[in-house]
Amino acid sequence: MADVVQVVPADDPVRPLFSPAGELTAEARSTLGLSPDELRDLYHKMVWIRRTDEEALNLQRQGELGLWGPYQGQEAIHVGTVAALRETDWIFPSYREFGMGMCRGIDPAEMLKLFRGVSHGPWDPRTYHFAPLLIPVASQVPHGVGYAMGSRFKRSDDVVLSTFGDGATSKGDWHEAMNFAGVFQAPVIFLCQNNHWAISVPLAKQTAGSIAERAQGYGFPGIRIDGNDVLGVFAAIRTAAERARRGGGPYLIEAMTYRMGPHTTSDDPTRYRTNVELERWSAKDPIPRFRQWLESQGLLDEAALAAINREVEAKVETMRNRLRATTAPAPGEAIFGRVYQHPSDSFLEEREEFESSLESN
Amino acid sequence: MEPVTMAKAINLSLRDALTQDDSVLIFGEDVGTLGGVFRITDGLQKTFGAERVFDTPLAESAIIGICIGLVLRGFKPVPEIQFDGFIYPAFDQIVSHVAKYRNRTGVSMPITIRVPFGGHIGAVEHHSESPEAYFAHTAGLKVVAPATPGDAYALLQSAIADPDPVIFFEPKARYYLKEEIDTAREVPIGRARVAREGSGVTVIAYGPTVSIALDAAKAAEKENISLEVIDLRTLSPLDMPTILESLRKTHRAIVVHEAPVFGGFGAEIVARIADDGFDLLEAPLERIGGMDAPYPPARYEKLYLPDVDRILEAADVALAYG
Repeated sequence: MADVVQVVPADDPVRPLFSPAGELTAEARSTLGLSPDELRDLYHKMVWIRRTDEEALNLQRQGELGLWGPYQGQEAIHVGTVAALRETDWIFPSYREFGMGMCRGIDPAEMLKLFRGVSHGPWDPRTYHFAPLLIPVASQVPHGVGYAMGSRFKRSDDVVLSTFGDGATSKGDWHEAMNFAGVFQAPVIFLCQNNHWAISVPLAKQTAGSIAERAQGYGFPGIRIDGNDVLGVFAAIRTAAERARRGGGPYLIEAMTYRMGPHTTSDDPTRYRTNVELERWSAKDPIPRFRQWLESQGLLDEAALAAINREVEAKVETMRNRLRATTAPAPGEAIFGRVYQHPSDSFLEEREEFESSLESN
Repeated sequence: MEPVTMAKAINLSLRDALTQDDSVLIFGEDVGTLGGVFRITDGLQKTFGAERVFDTPLAESAIIGICIGLVLRGFKPVPEIQFDGFIYPAFDQIVSHVAKYRNRTGVSMPITIRVPFGGHIGAVEHHSESPEAYFAHTAGLKVVAPATPGDAYALLQSAIADPDPVIFFEPKARYYLKEEIDTAREVPIGRARVAREGSGVTVIAYGPTVSIALDAAKAAEKENISLEVIDLRTLSPLDMPTILESLRKTHRAIVVHEAPVFGGFGAEIVARIADDGFDLLEAPLERIGGMDAPYPPARYEKLYLPDVDRILEAADVALAYG
């Protein structure tokens, strides 16, 4: 066994921040260097994206959206991750990272066009350094690795955050991307949001081993952390990103969390999981947890809390109104408009025929 | 310029693309140090370095998947898939993302995926396939298949310069076909050519079947049968005006490809002719291609693949009408 390389580098800067159970140590927590305003902002954003999630669920029930995929329970990851990155770092999400997109500055009413059936990708990824929400599981992971390889070729210190769920780790694309990242020493942080459920299939049926430990087989470190602690997520991502910026290569972070809602509004979780489990995780809900910590530090009082809630409600109201006022592109543009940059004559003829058939009807 | 093989013409085209445009990257299995199993990328890594021409791990889905991120980072990837039969692991990335990313985001995907395709090389399984119809069926892609060294050079230039993704099928059995090439000649994507003029029957071919069609035309001439040969060069978008122009003369057409006839690209061609050129037709449209069976072991490939005799028989059938 002497030939086996154990990838637990002594200089791994992430591991010392966490207890063996994946909890951010008290010392690391006290040396994050975040100001009281920044800490309150993390809380504010978590409340904002949760209220937006709840509102999107309502809008789906009211028929304003065709589908919604709630991320309730995973807000610490969404908020902590974006806060830990530079704006020029790219994020390659799966389909549940709506809150991350909001934290990147994308108008939620615009993003909701995706679920309203108006657009497959309502924002320009280059504006926000936020790739489109992608539905085929794990297929976005090689995209992020490609971007990170390109960063290296350009001698840039921008890094990539590639995120996916526990189910994605079963896919071939995930393995291929992890392997490429290791071989090319790509500056990419792989963030597994292990929310314990891939629709109805629990973690134990998804994989028999540890996700975090698999990083070792690809030649870089991995760690499992508490994904419901926004500061833990922040610390892990920021430290792994700094390591990647310095040429340290990829890092895999498995953030343990829980999908408190259904997979999507088309799903019925009562068919496959118990309330007991949900209650156990509700006790670890990242939002009250962080609120209590802020209060214990004297960083959040009743007045500040009320102000945050007021502001969030106003933002949610604005989103609702903007969504209801959404305009949709004309059918010809929606169907044909963005397929090719250089469309052929025959393609344009088909569009014309379609558009004139609409006019004559 | 001395006559060059198609393999060399493609190599020159890649070399010129790397020289002209710093954002062009070439990668795939064995393309770096070795220069590719067909030596198409021979010497390129030596000239342009291991960050512009590089070997990847053996994983087709990731070879295509990384292209998306590289484009977002400002590169123009020109990956190689080593053989036609190895493109299937990358199918999801090509169909779900390469083809649809622009439609989804508005960001163009200038990616040229090179694939040696077709049979006639006596290979083991998975090395002789013609999967072009899968890709021609997918909106968002352009599908190109040159038949000559000059066209291979020029069409590859057009493909790499195109802002949309192109699947570039190289007829591997014709890699050693030689001709003088003019590197200044431009061949746009989407334009077919009349490879040989004739008046009796139009033979529509692309990639490896063009030279078979030309051989058939020569043989037919001895029997006073005049075949016009159309080399499609691009399958998607399909140049119907050139096909219909020929049919105005011949009123008869045969489509020849190596892929199985059932659900093959020829079905689209004959259906379009029936739609747009019904009044021109004086004989049933004929399709010649592989059988509705997997590509056979090498010993049987000559029986499976289109040949001169099958084209001549089809021409006789077409000419028996009217």
